[in-house]
Amino acid sequence: MSPEIEELYQEVILDHSRRPRNFGELRDATVLVHGDNPACGDEIHLAVKFDADGGLEDIKFSGHGCAISQASASLMTMKLKGKSRTEVMEMLRAFHDLVTVDTSEATKTLGDLRAMQGVRKFPQRVKCAMLAWRAVQQAFEQGSGETTVSTEPT
Amino acid sequence: MHQQVHGHELIYFDSAASSQKPRAVVEALRNYYEHDNANVHRGLHTLSGRATDAYEHARRRVAEYIGAASPDEIIFTRGTTESINLVAQAWGEKFLREGDVILLTVMEHHSNLVPWQLLAERRGARLRFLPVRDDGTLDVDQLSPLLTPEVKIFAFTHISNSLGTINPVAELCAKARSVGALTLVDAAQSAGHMPLDVQELGCDFLAFSGHKMCGPTGIGALYGRAELLDCMPPWQGGGEMIVSVVLDKSTFKKPPHRFEAGTPNIAGAIGLAAAIDYIEEIGRSAIFEHDSRLAHYAADRLTELPGTRLFGPKQERGALVGFVMEAAHPHDLTTFADQYGLAMRGGHHCNQPLMRRFQVSGTTRASFYFYNTMEEIDRMIEILQRAVRFFSPKEARSSLGAGASAKAAVRPLS
Repeated sequence: MSPEIEELYQEVILDHSRRPRNFGELRDATVLVHGDNPACGDEIHLAVKFDADGGLEDIKFSGHGCAISQASASLMTMKLKGKSRTEVMEMLRAFHDLVTVDTSEATKTLGDLRAMQGVRKFPQRVKCAMLAWRAVQQAFEQGSGETTVSTEPT
Repeated sequence: MHQQVHGHELIYFDSAASSQKPRAVVEALRNYYEHDNANVHRGLHTLSGRATDAYEHARRRVAEYIGAASPDEIIFTRGTTESINLVAQAWGEKFLREGDVILLTVMEHHSNLVPWQLLAERRGARLRFLPVRDDGTLDVDQLSPLLTPEVKIFAFTHISNSLGTINPVAELCAKARSVGALTLVDAAQSAGHMPLDVQELGCDFLAFSGHKMCGPTGIGALYGRAELLDCMPPWQGGGEMIVSVVLDKSTFKKPPHRFEAGTPNIAGAIGLAAAIDYIEEIGRSAIFEHDSRLAHYAADRLTELPGTRLFGPKQERGALVGFVMEAAHPHDLTTFADQYGLAMRGGHHCNQPLMRRFQVSGTTRASFYFYNTMEEIDRMIEILQRAVRFFSPKEARSSLGAGASAKAAVRPLS
């Protein structure tokens, strides 16, 4: 087994891709984001509920995709639940650096998400890892209602 | 081709996307650039003469290769996509009227779909689609009701790039002709893989790419029946395609030059001719037989793998297999395989409507050519078996036979 593959598909990633957490619908969602990666057909439906202060009270997702996109979404929802807007945006930046910047140190606050670091060796897979994060970013920008986001802007 | 990828001998199973190039083609390009490089047609010096001869020789080779009645029926383009766009614009803008119908099939590559969508939008024409059956063949029983007099052109692929289906081109062309519709055949997956004769097929247009048949990228051809090309207006303006130009008007050359504005891809055409020579030396029947044997063998062996769904017809299969595996998404599978030196393609293969038809977001495709072997397919199966073990949950792995120890190490990250 090549070290890159083992680093990319760590057990925690395989586990989350097989048994995604926070998977399903959120009845009282404030905002719904339908994200897609047209390059590979992956889709995510992200439901977010904001609290009174604009923080992320609850979050769920559904859809289908590769192990990287599913695990990223699952780990992300676990990490972001209960976080303030500022914390989410910080996490988003830290995660983006984690999967794209070769020299960046994995921020401790990312916790289990650090398992996604292997993606940086596979530039073609960065979009898979970022899909759910693009969706959550869009959710904050939109604030309420229903919207879409794509890894390929049109 | 002989190289290591991630420490493993390369297995190139992505020829349907782009084939590898024989040395003879690379040498032909080199020879042209080192000895004959000049612009074609207008130069009066020796090198320009040689370049022109080589370029026009390439046109004759292409004409012979596909059985065209004359080299004047061959237009050099950038590839299949540009060939189809040329017809959609030059023919479509002049001959397609509001309410006319363009008939396509559900299995078309985006290159034989999007140009027609754009044309239909511009001309107020409608698109109609011949459905695909569950076995991956075209539902030819539906053809007669779809082929109404409003259908002005029927454009379809010879071999599906996702399913491997070989369509009955001659039959489809004859049916279209009987209602007065023109036909365009997308031969991107067939031109380098099987004997092909435009007069036997009875098509009006045929498009293909050089780079999928051992030639360079950026060169391809459009065959068009002479009477049709003669009455089509230019689609791009510029040098090489004019007879005379005054400030507010120009007259245009006859086909094929009318459709080749600007300095053409001279080296590409020469490389394509070298590719044709190479392919003909092996023989297209021999290539077809070899590729089919590989594709059928691959299809048979893939059924050994648990949770694998194959696409495309069991009989009469082109040089590829498309499949999905329960254990892993096509992108995870192709990333995994690449680490073992196995190059496959995962995704929608520019076939989004077809993927929706089969209710998948994408497939994994292994595509073959004369340089591939049965042993490479055995190796592919081994790698896929490893992938199944790797991606399956631990509790399921014990049922997957010996060697199921491909446990992903959890590396602590600090």
